[in-house]
Amino acid sequence: MGYILKERQNQVSVAGNHAETIDCNKASLAGSVSQRACVFCGSRVVLYPIADALHLIHGPIGCAAYTWDIRGSLSSGSQLYRLSFSTDLQERDVIFGGEKKLIAALRELIDLHHPKAAFVYTTCIVGVIGDDVEKICQIVEEEKGIPVIPVQAPGFQGTKKDGYRIACEALFKLIGRINRPTPAHSINILGDFNLAGELWMLVDYYKQIGVNVNCSLTGDGRVEDIGNAHNAALNVVQCSGSMSRLAVMMEEKYGIPWKRVSYFGIEDMSEALYLVARFFNDSDMMEKARNLVRKQFERLMPKLQWYKDKLKGKKAAIYVGGAFKAISLVKALRLIGVQSVIVGSQTGTKEDYDVIRRLCDEGTIIVDDSNPVELSNFVKEKGANIFIGGVKERPIAYKLGLGFCDHNHERKIALSGYDGMLNFAKEIYATAMSPIWKFT
Amino acid sequence: MLLRHTTAKEIDRKALTINPAKTCQPVGAMYAALGIHGCLPHSHGSQGCCAYHRSALTRHFKEPVLASTSSFSEGSSVFGGASNLTQAIQTIFKVYNPDIIAVHTTCLSETIGDDLNSIVSKADEDGLIPEGKKVIYCNTPSYVGSHITGYSNQVAALVKFFSKSTSHKCNVINLVNGWMEPSDQREIKRIAKMMEIRTIMFPDMTDSLDTPLTGKYDMFPKGGVTQEDLTATGDSRFSIGIGPDCTENTCVKLDEKCHVKYDVVDIPIGLKATDRFIMSLSHHSGLPVPGCINDERGRLLDMVADNSKYLYGKRVALYGDPDTLVPLVEFLISLDMKPVYVITGSESNYFNKHMEKMLKNISGAKYKSGELADTFRLHQWIKQEGVDMIFGNTYAKYIARDEDIPLIRIGFPIADRPGHNFFPITGYVGATNLVIQILNAFLDKQDRTCEEEKVEFQM
Repeated sequence: MGYILKERQNQVSVAGNHAETIDCNKASLAGSVSQRACVFCGSRVVLYPIADALHLIHGPIGCAAYTWDIRGSLSSGSQLYRLSFSTDLQERDVIFGGEKKLIAALRELIDLHHPKAAFVYTTCIVGVIGDDVEKICQIVEEEKGIPVIPVQAPGFQGTKKDGYRIACEALFKLIGRINRPTPAHSINILGDFNLAGELWMLVDYYKQIGVNVNCSLTGDGRVEDIGNAHNAALNVVQCSGSMSRLAVMMEEKYGIPWKRVSYFGIEDMSEALYLVARFFNDSDMMEKARNLVRKQFERLMPKLQWYKDKLKGKKAAIYVGGAFKAISLVKALRLIGVQSVIVGSQTGTKEDYDVIRRLCDEGTIIVDDSNPVELSNFVKEKGANIFIGGVKERPIAYKLGLGFCDHNHERKIALSGYDGMLNFAKEIYATAMSPIWKFT
Repeated sequence: MLLRHTTAKEIDRKALTINPAKTCQPVGAMYAALGIHGCLPHSHGSQGCCAYHRSALTRHFKEPVLASTSSFSEGSSVFGGASNLTQAIQTIFKVYNPDIIAVHTTCLSETIGDDLNSIVSKADEDGLIPEGKKVIYCNTPSYVGSHITGYSNQVAALVKFFSKSTSHKCNVINLVNGWMEPSDQREIKRIAKMMEIRTIMFPDMTDSLDTPLTGKYDMFPKGGVTQEDLTATGDSRFSIGIGPDCTENTCVKLDEKCHVKYDVVDIPIGLKATDRFIMSLSHHSGLPVPGCINDERGRLLDMVADNSKYLYGKRVALYGDPDTLVPLVEFLISLDMKPVYVITGSESNYFNKHMEKMLKNISGAKYKSGELADTFRLHQWIKQEGVDMIFGNTYAKYIARDEDIPLIRIGFPIADRPGHNFFPITGYVGATNLVIQILNAFLDKQDRTCEEEKVEFQM
């Protein structure tokens, strides 16, 4: 493994080697071709799906341009969140300050679109020139009578994970503003972003077992629903990297307990239903959950067996944003006969990596914050057939002659829940078995 | 629908940009640097910039795009990014080992005032740059200009760092590429080859961002202009800058440094611009235009004549970059179409001057460049009085869908259709390709939407 930098050697580990714990949550080494993004990116992706809020990006045009409608988080109504709003800071603004421009832009925007709330993201340069964004948000909030929330996310002030934290703090400011009559068996779903309509499937499953989804943070999110989030009985947290911070804050202030779940794969999806039923300690609900799982299990297993037979012996490399997702992926791949030989993430924690190490077969490479050189070498070394990752990994995988599945925000089909598992199997099969690989 | 948020009534905006028709400088510098052989672009700023630019370029080209980052932290913003860049230079040569590192700045590193010249000189003095390797740099503050400014700055830096003149002039023409697709550059190379002209093309994204699938992955693909060729540009007898906003600066710099005279032409999109480009090539190389090129021109004319009735009077809205829009609008006028609304987010005198001249006889035609010239405004214009077709990048699809008009995808980024990096729009062949796209879009729409009894076999 001579291609791994000395400084990075502790960020790579091998399953079965129990002596080491992995280093993570470190800033990328300067000069690396990191696959990671920044603080702004972290906050932007979490808040983005709140569909009836407006999202104004205070900075030069780039930060707004690159985050314009790039995430397939679907909305059942308002599409306001998919527009790109920027103060497009110019040199003169950098010299004289951008406050005047910001306040004018906010007023213009709110008058034009009458949103339920506004988020104002500060970017790197605003962090340096020192515009008082808090003050401006306060002025406009009083003037327009809607929540105007500063999201202080200069890109350099940490990692993408810090952006998640900042987003959680912004969301927290919205919560508790509204009190609506809320059924007793109500939960909030945290950390699902409704990619390809996945949230809607989850809401339906929960409904089938008698659970009301009070509010989604933040997929297909609405400002008023979030305002009422504190009236739910339980927070169910997926993608824990981004949202557990909010769950903790809500537990402290409102006494709402929270549970970590994953909706990916039959096993984890079913557990997510059982867990809620156990929490409400309701035998009728548990019975419904069991029936639902049984029905889905019977429906899916014969179909999945077909894929398992065909995919036997295939090996996968996983490199995704959050490690919790990677854990589910390992399990789901195992269900269809695919062995995970490389498992990595951009933002995993020590605990996540410990789970991965216990879960994976001996010899699996486990890596934090990797780069294309490492990844392509790992793939060669381990003889992977399929790569699961995001936009920047896709073309590299193809060039290497590997199948590819996008498990990031560019996925086009739902991969959560029971139907998602079937979609996943189909996608893995289609890409791993594509005739194109016979020609390379 | 997404753009139901657009109102026909233009509100008076002073500060707010909605749905921009531009992006920021560094991505242009990164794109240009990918046209240099063995070069790793390096983004001197926060990690996010680099990730965003790579993602944008990857989505567009469907190719691996590698670039490194200085990974700024809180400390860098206080103490400056010198140590980050110095560390980065060491890391990059140790791990990725490119021949060249092309550093560009970001809004952050510009604002805190990092001096690339002294940082890189110091790294060189300290022996951190291995023998035969180079670290080049350019300034690309995101709050000045747009992505094309960054592109232009990176290309000009190539002259600064490489071009040399010896006493020996060579019978070579420099072709300085503006922002075009690899396919467009390939077509221009083909034309020069047909004319038997010796050229050095830079930057050159062919075989860099349209690489074949071989089962092997090379971090540094075979394409891109080489260091040797870049050095030799100072001995060429002439330069042709293709697209003024992206290349004029470079041509001027090369003339100042190495006394290479130049001509700056429009990107050869369409009939007249290709005519002018080929005449410039012929004139400055002293070589005649071969018959085969005339034939390509003739075939284009023939196809336009066969189909002109479908083009006449069609109202068109466009947005994109000045260097693309000027020849494109000229071509649409040659096709008897009516370009009525034209927008670019990049401030450009070149654009303003030509639009003024070309659009003055088209009643109701409007154009705007620079700040607040965004696609929201373009859509408002369309809502006031409709058009039959729109040209733009992928973001134009929302307008196209809302207005139910065909979209021709030209520009950056195109993230939802293949083809732009295969089929050129430059030269007569590219113009033919473009006319076919336009015609097929109209005819497909007609077949899909006309009354059933009017579906016709012959069109």
